[in-house]
Amino acid sequence: MTVVFWICAPLMVLGALGLVLFRKAVHSALSMALTMVCLAVLYASLSAPFLFAVQIIVYTGAVLMMFLFVLMLVGVDTPDSIVETIKGQRVLAALGALGLLGLMVFSIGGAVTAPATTTAAAEAAAGGNVEGVAELLFGRYVWVFELTSALLITAAVGAMIFAHAQRTKPKLGQKERADERMKAYAASGTHPGSLPNSGVFATSNSIATPALLPDGSIAEESVSRTLTERGVQLDSAQLKQITADAFAAAERVGDEEDEEL
Amino acid sequence: MTPMEVVDPVAATGLFGYAWLMIALPALGALLLLVFGRWIEKIGPYLAVLLIAGSFVVALLLFLQQLGSPADQRAVSVPLYTWFATGSWQIDVGLLVDQLSILFALLITGVGGLIHVYSLGYMAHDERRRRFFGYLNLFVAAMLTLVLADNYLVLFVGWEGVGLASYLLIGFWQHKPSAAAAAKKAFVMNRVGDFGMILAISTMLAMFGSSAFVDVNHGAPLLEGPWATVIGLLLLLGACGKSAQVPLQAWLLDAMEGPTPVSALIHAATMVTAGVYLVVRSHAIFDLSPDAQAAVVIVGTVTLLAGAWIGTAKDDIKKVLAGSTMSQIGYMMLAAGIGPAGYAFAIFHLLTHGAFKANMFLGAGSVMHGMNDDVDMRHYGALAKYLPLTFWTFGAGYLAIIGFPLTAGYFSKDHIIEAAFARSPLVGSLALLGAGVTAFYMTRLMLMTFGGRKRWVDGVHPHESPAVMTVPLIVLGALSLVAGAVMNSWIQGWLEPATGGHPHEVSLLPTVVGWATMIVVAAGVLVAWLVFGRRPIPAQAPAGNAITVAGRNDLFGDALNDALVVQPVMGMSRAAVANDARTIEGFVHTLSTGIAGFSVVGRGTQTGYVRSYALTMVLGVVAIGVVVILGLGG
Amino acid sequence: MIDHYLYLAVILFVIGALGVMIRRNALVAFMSVELMLNAANLALVAFAFQHGKLDGQVASFFVMVVAAAEVVVGLGIIVSIYKTRRSTSVDNANLLNR
Repeated sequence: MTVVFWICAPLMVLGALGLVLFRKAVHSALSMALTMVCLAVLYASLSAPFLFAVQIIVYTGAVLMMFLFVLMLVGVDTPDSIVETIKGQRVLAALGALGLLGLMVFSIGGAVTAPATTTAAAEAAAGGNVEGVAELLFGRYVWVFELTSALLITAAVGAMIFAHAQRTKPKLGQKERADERMKAYAASGTHPGSLPNSGVFATSNSIATPALLPDGSIAEESVSRTLTERGVQLDSAQLKQITADAFAAAERVGDEEDEEL
Repeated sequence: MTPMEVVDPVAATGLFGYAWLMIALPALGALLLLVFGRWIEKIGPYLAVLLIAGSFVVALLLFLQQLGSPADQRAVSVPLYTWFATGSWQIDVGLLVDQLSILFALLITGVGGLIHVYSLGYMAHDERRRRFFGYLNLFVAAMLTLVLADNYLVLFVGWEGVGLASYLLIGFWQHKPSAAAAAKKAFVMNRVGDFGMILAISTMLAMFGSSAFVDVNHGAPLLEGPWATVIGLLLLLGACGKSAQVPLQAWLLDAMEGPTPVSALIHAATMVTAGVYLVVRSHAIFDLSPDAQAAVVIVGTVTLLAGAWIGTAKDDIKKVLAGSTMSQIGYMMLAAGIGPAGYAFAIFHLLTHGAFKANMFLGAGSVMHGMNDDVDMRHYGALAKYLPLTFWTFGAGYLAIIGFPLTAGYFSKDHIIEAAFARSPLVGSLALLGAGVTAFYMTRLMLMTFGGRKRWVDGVHPHESPAVMTVPLIVLGALSLVAGAVMNSWIQGWLEPATGGHPHEVSLLPTVVGWATMIVVAAGVLVAWLVFGRRPIPAQAPAGNAITVAGRNDLFGDALNDALVVQPVMGMSRAAVANDARTIEGFVHTLSTGIAGFSVVGRGTQTGYVRSYALTMVLGVVAIGVVVILGLGG
Repeated sequence: MIDHYLYLAVILFVIGALGVMIRRNALVAFMSVELMLNAANLALVAFAFQHGKLDGQVASFFVMVVAAAEVVVGLGIIVSIYKTRRSTSVDNANLLNR
């Protein structure tokens, strides 16, 4: 027991510190997982095998996974800024934490004096840890147990309501979209049809390639505006140049052959 | 002053147990019409009429049973329930059906029923007539509560109820600013009277420990010092407000803005006579205080002359009748102030007046109905030919009010004048003068409306009203003629147990005063005929002398109120506003500016950052933990 | 003696509190809260061991259930805030100071 504690305890403190100090939320979540698993082990060492299983399944399994899902949803890779925006918050927080620590150490330090009685006797009376917990759960605490079911249902409904997004505009069908386009054309002359495809050249058919109009000028609209703004649009003049060079070389070769002949 | 015998009411038996139905039926009608009215828009008015009729039947049955009972069994008390008990006071709600209240109940439900029927025709084209009938029912229920209550506090409930109904009905055509203003005026002036009522009832509670009539009647003779006078004067103030007696008379003339049936029911026949009822009902108090009685006599005399004066000068037919109403109620007050000898006469005149004045108001309504709601008598003339039924019934009322021999007013008013002479020659002479002026202005009204030549404005085609309006007129007209003769020798004896008076002989043959009265009345009629009957009446009112101008302006009652009450109060409130703006608001503003500045500072701690809040929590936990562990909190 | 378990729980709790106070990423702050809950759980289980009763373990179990419910709702809130503000920084959600 003592050995297990002294292995797990430092790991847990490290995990907790990691949770607070890592700049990326994913790292925080993973270090929290470490703390949770170690905590489960400590439960086992305190002869609470049922809670050991529940801790692994509920916390490490369900709750942490949910945290990770939400992390994925809101963006994983944005590290927090480490600049403190509220004046004096860090100093005061550190002071508060120290005060809390001192207070609790002071109050708990002398709380336990007797040697532990262990739960062995209680478990033996009920025929095992799980049976003992079950007896309390469905016996003395059955009313609380029922209340938690109401709580869980309420929480589930509440979560659904939060996650549900109200549509702010009516859904547009094909007809409405077509009408809108024609309206835009009538109002500002926007082209109602589809945009021109990107260009196809011998050396490139990427969507970053602009198309050429029959007069040889470039159709700007054939390349996505995002690509243009990023500056990855290929220069069609250059692309043309390659082909033109190739044709010119071939012609030159042809000419030389003609001369040789 | 001889101590009176107080006749205690006996417990209710048989039919009397159902006396509450009289109030409950119209109250139910008001509830149905006003709350659930939308579903009974069509039949609502008929339902209202039916319920009043039911109430009348109950009153009639009770009256018949009283007639059949021995005299000492006629006053019946019907306890209903305990309203509240607080401290040493217990206020019970109960009904007192005695000789006095049953007469009132008959008047209210009888004349009220006829006026309901009349209103079916008069209000036929009004969109809101369902509501109108609801208010009428509400009024009847409140008025019955007033007269049937067996204690002053319950009476006061009815008193306020009729005030409310009166307010609602005067302002029934609320789209007219004048009607809305008149309703407010009536309401506010009645509050002044109610103030007196509340003080009177409070004084009774303090003196007798109860407001029940029985307790007050028993306790009154034991009163010491000036308390009887105090209570009497306070009650008189209440009576003045409700009955439009000087100095609280100004609202009644404006109250004519209401629909005419309302004027007939509330402002002629029933509600405005509540003051007289109050004085008669409180006879135990007034009999003990000659000063209070004198005050009643003075108020009555002044009002009867003032009302007659106003009635003489007005061209608006309803306002003439309103002035006349004031004047007639002045007679009743005068009679009530004379004491035991006059109570029965006051009630007698009240009943006959209820019949003939309602008759004349309804007749005026019928005339207006035919004249496109024009009320100016200068636009009338020669209507006798076009509105024959209205003319004849109105004529019956006319004869009754001027006291033509053997009509209703002849008996009731002459008795009052006789009693007034018995009290003091001065009061008697003034009452006699009032009778002459009454004859003058009523003759003037008749001549201007029904006689002479047409002075109609263009587009008016007078026509007789439908049967639903004329039948009530005929009934009331008949009552105007015969009611006096029927009740003359009976009513004193009937009322004696309730009012404590002793009947004295009345004969059908005129006394000296009776002859004098007849001569004065005849002179009034003659003068009126000389002035208005022989010459054509100008369509525009002539400028008139000072007396006429004063009459037209309601004897400057409004100006007086304005100068004595309104302006000082306005000045005070302006001062209060100025004080409020400078002193109080200045202080409050300084305070609030200070708090605002302080909160700007405090707001700095609220950053909106969750992390600062978390930090605060942690620091707080540490602080609390330190305090708990170190035991600093004790 | 289970002293060392309790001291470990205290250390983990304080580190969690520190994380809540200084990390701006809502997800990391939330994970720190979970760490604090787990520290409390550890103390509960240790006390159960000390007193020889299973009630502490049951309490710890309930904490886990409530934490699971809390995570569901909390993550829902974070996702919906992210949807409208494109940010998971707790400092950006400071409308309360207006």
